[in-house]
Amino acid sequence: MGLSRRIREIGRIAEPAPPRPEGETPPATRLLCGSAQVRHVDAGSCNGCEIEIGGAFGPVYDAERYGARLVASPRHADVLLVTGPVTRNMADPLRRTHQAAPEPRVVVAVGDCALNCGLFAGAYGVAGAVADIVPVDLEVPGCPPEPAEIVAALRRVTGR
Amino acid sequence: MSGDQVTLIGTVAVVAQVALVIAGAPWLAGLMRQIRARLEGRAGPGPGQPWRDLRKLLRKQPVTATGTGPAFRAAPLVLVATALVVAALVPLAATRTPVSGHADLIVVVALLALGTVSLALAGLDTGTAFGGMGASREMTVAALVEPTLLMSVFALSIPAGSTNLADIVSGAVHDPARLATPTGLLAAVALLAVTVAETGRLPVDNPSTHLELTMMHEAMVLEYSGPDLALIELGAQLRLTVLLGLLAALFTPWGIATTDGWAALLLALALLALKVAVLGALLAAAEVHLAKIRLFRVPELLAGSFLLALLAVTASYFLTGA
Amino acid sequence: MSAIGPALAAAGALAAAGSACGLALPERARPAAVGACTAGVGAAGLVAGVSALRGQLWSASLPDLLPLAGVHLAVDALSGLFIAVCGGVTVAAAVYGIGYTRHGLAGRNVQAVLPLFAWTLVTVPTAASVSTFLLLWELMALSSLLLVVAEHRRRAPVREAGLWYAVMTHLGLVLLLIALALFSARAGGETFTALRAGAGRLSPAVRDTVFVLALAAFGSKAGAVPLHAWLPRAHPEAPSNVSMLMSAAMVNLGAYGLIRTGFDLLDGGPRWWGLLTVALGAVTAVYGIVQAAVATDLKRLLAYSTSENLGLVLIGVGAALLFDADHHDELAALALAAALLHVVNHAAFKALLFGAAGSVLHATGTRDLDILGGLRPRMPATTALFALGALGAMALPPGNGFVSEWLLLQALIHGLAAPGVTTAVLLPVAIAAIALSAGLAAAAFVKALGVGFFARPRGSAAQRAVESPRAMLAGMGLCAAACAGLALVPGTLSDALGRAVAASGTGTVGGRILVGGGLDLRLAGFTGRLASLWIALALAAVAAAVPAVVRSRARAPRRSDAPLWDCGAGAPTARMEYTATSFAEPLQRVFDDVLAPEQDVDVTPVRESAYLVERVRYQRRVPDRIEHRLYLPVLQLLARAGQAARRLAGGSVHRYLGYGFTALVVLLLALAVTR
Repeated sequence: MGLSRRIREIGRIAEPAPPRPEGETPPATRLLCGSAQVRHVDAGSCNGCEIEIGGAFGPVYDAERYGARLVASPRHADVLLVTGPVTRNMADPLRRTHQAAPEPRVVVAVGDCALNCGLFAGAYGVAGAVADIVPVDLEVPGCPPEPAEIVAALRRVTGR
Repeated sequence: MSGDQVTLIGTVAVVAQVALVIAGAPWLAGLMRQIRARLEGRAGPGPGQPWRDLRKLLRKQPVTATGTGPAFRAAPLVLVATALVVAALVPLAATRTPVSGHADLIVVVALLALGTVSLALAGLDTGTAFGGMGASREMTVAALVEPTLLMSVFALSIPAGSTNLADIVSGAVHDPARLATPTGLLAAVALLAVTVAETGRLPVDNPSTHLELTMMHEAMVLEYSGPDLALIELGAQLRLTVLLGLLAALFTPWGIATTDGWAALLLALALLALKVAVLGALLAAAEVHLAKIRLFRVPELLAGSFLLALLAVTASYFLTGA
Repeated sequence: MSAIGPALAAAGALAAAGSACGLALPERARPAAVGACTAGVGAAGLVAGVSALRGQLWSASLPDLLPLAGVHLAVDALSGLFIAVCGGVTVAAAVYGIGYTRHGLAGRNVQAVLPLFAWTLVTVPTAASVSTFLLLWELMALSSLLLVVAEHRRRAPVREAGLWYAVMTHLGLVLLLIALALFSARAGGETFTALRAGAGRLSPAVRDTVFVLALAAFGSKAGAVPLHAWLPRAHPEAPSNVSMLMSAAMVNLGAYGLIRTGFDLLDGGPRWWGLLTVALGAVTAVYGIVQAAVATDLKRLLAYSTSENLGLVLIGVGAALLFDADHHDELAALALAAALLHVVNHAAFKALLFGAAGSVLHATGTRDLDILGGLRPRMPATTALFALGALGAMALPPGNGFVSEWLLLQALIHGLAAPGVTTAVLLPVAIAAIALSAGLAAAAFVKALGVGFFARPRGSAAQRAVESPRAMLAGMGLCAAACAGLALVPGTLSDALGRAVAASGTGTVGGRILVGGGLDLRLAGFTGRLASLWIALALAAVAAAVPAVVRSRARAPRRSDAPLWDCGAGAPTARMEYTATSFAEPLQRVFDDVLAPEQDVDVTPVRESAYLVERVRYQRRVPDRIEHRLYLPVLQLLARAGQAARRLAGGSVHRYLGYGFTALVVLLLALAVTR
């Protein structure tokens, strides 16, 4: 079978794990102990950050090895990964998603737009940065941030 | 009947096998995920990850969605309770236990169906579109799985002359030739197919999907959080473990203690863990090669396995009877 | 001293009193008085039936009551079982009816006929001669017909259902009349004693004819495909207390008639009788439940499920005939016991389900699952009762339906050891049919409960629903108690079942089929054991222990409420909920070839562009295919024949005289030639 041969030939794609990132962890992560279910919310991003998040959970960076996993419902989630400046249409849905996630919950703002609206600051359709809408626990700057940085932020949440 | 005298060792065997199933189910899920990760070139979180997930979920805040009722609250409990009762009934480690007289295959199949039904009712109880969709799909598959499950079970119970699992297993231990017949093989394939469907694995359902429209099992549990979700996940893992254990007990019964003895019991428990782990590993390795099939192709798969099971029953008649 | 005679006399007297109350009392006092008398009829029947099941026998001959033949009555354990079932259902339905009929159904005719119908239900199994049996049978059919059309002024479909029922039940009567008349003519007597004695002298051809005709006639009463067409029409359209009586009691008498004729009177027959009956039962079970799985009318769903369950009973009876023909007496007894136990279980849960469906109809005025929902907070007791009944109907433990399906499966599995190629092919198919119908029943009742009672109301009717009056809840409560008892301690019935089976002349004399009495049910001749009480207790214990463990591990604050997860888009409306139609859609696709649904998608684009859709209308109808393919052509043929015959009747007296003359000449010629 072709697939089996490819699996044998390619072997491990994931890069060796970098050392555990320094920096303080948000207090809400204390109960998580190496497991974080992640719900991604696109609040109006240009999809640049989404591509990098895809990379972070792909085989090369493999965020899953640190106990982070993408889930389909905020009810299952411990972490909200929010990207983009929050547009007027997405402000309410973002608030609702935040409410729907059970305590303890962590909000990670990914990308410059999420931190300070970036390129879109002052645009008529933008309601504000993520921190203006929901409390943010961790920030990942960059336009877009590298997958390694997103993974590092998630490692600070899971503590692994 | 072997179950009439309650022996100490039999009681210990039941307790030990239930404890092993509870402790092992998350590990089995973790092992399968780890194997998949490795075959996909990833490093993987390690087989202990589901345990970490469960521990964390237990500490989280439970949320009850407004408008849901007892059906929503009770479903996780029913799911776990049915799986645990089945785990106690099936002779995974020993055939001479206090409950082995009640270890009827039809009861086992029906108890597992009860878990499915309670979860489907919970999905409908939320009143969300996805909950209803998941329930509808799950019940469609369950309705078609049940005949196959019962048929393959009967194919195996004919040589034993009973639907009692302890009798079937001890019969197969003493007469291994039964398993190598066409009946045994056909029934094994059919049972494997329905195990995959019943536990929501590929190619019937994708347990790691995030797309609601492609979901079955996951769509019903979108509203659960915290300890409730922990029970649902544990319930699903227990069902997978028990069904794989049942497969192992039926088709590779060697090592299951048919006599009283502490050494035999310990060996049986160790072999049980090994057999289920090997089966899980094979299933995970196969899953890497499979894509999820369309929902409306699933009945074709199930009809195929049903036909195999029917052939198995008829073959068992022509080979053993007359 | 037998209690049966006085009990049956009391039933007759109470029925007369009930009818008199229905005719004489003012409308306000009518339902309570008639209900009490009807419940008395049922209770008397229950006493008589239980006495018979405890081993008492009773017979009576009243030669002067009817001209020519007289009336012959006899009660043994087999009739006792059916009398007890009918009596029990009657008690529950009568108590239920006090609350149900108070508004709109308190009319003189309906109230006067109800006790009569109840009385026929408990007396049909006591008949011991052909004429008595036929008379009571027809009385039962007519009284139920009058009750079915009770609401004909309010809804047009009632009239149509009544017409179907009238025609089909009389078609059955004609078949039965031919069968029994032929039987008694050849056997040389019309009492059942004479039939039993004469059955051995009949030629095989006559025996076969009698059996096939009786199978068709009794099968049509039991809703067997293809003679089932009246059942899903008449049962839903009847008032719900009557639906309870019809679906939980009357259809059973079809099974009774078949067992009485096939086993007792004809004393078994060739193998193909059994094969035919099993095949008929299997087709009925699967067809009935497939239709139920896609039905959106709550009572129609229940009616199709009745058809399915009687199909399972027929499988049991057929298997018993088959094993009996092969002289496997123990197996035959086991299969028949399973069939009888299923009759009892089905009666308990179906009476409960029809009661709950009537409750819904009473509270909302609709049976359409697509616009129901959200009844749980509004009608908590009804919802809990329906859930209990649904558990029985789904054949899942710890429900009562599971016990008898388990027993039926045991009979068939052990029967696989019996030699014969047909057995080897047919029994697996029968097992598959049972398993498939159990799976589909689970889907059908998850739909009925989950869509009909849970979530949010889909229509304004469901929004205004309130809990039913106490009398209705009490009637359903009786059924619920019966369901729970049958589910948890089925072993208590094992002696009664043994006697009923022995009374049919099957099985070995003195041999036991089931060892009960304790808390579990055990097969006597084979290995097989079911401890339903222990399973229920184990489930309850684990379900109670798990939250305690979870709470000890949890560190979170207590449970909090939150709005439903709406994908961030605002509260979901009732229109976003899955309906019964959408729930059944995947199953309908799977069984596309069987159901042949009629679908119609109508897309209206906006005026400016064909690519922008303004409105999409989707319509689906699942007509009963057998009805379409089998009945309509026959009806059309009859209509055409009628049209053609009209041409013969031109109105001219000369022509009519000519017909008479021709007919006479032809007759004389025929006589001359044949003599």
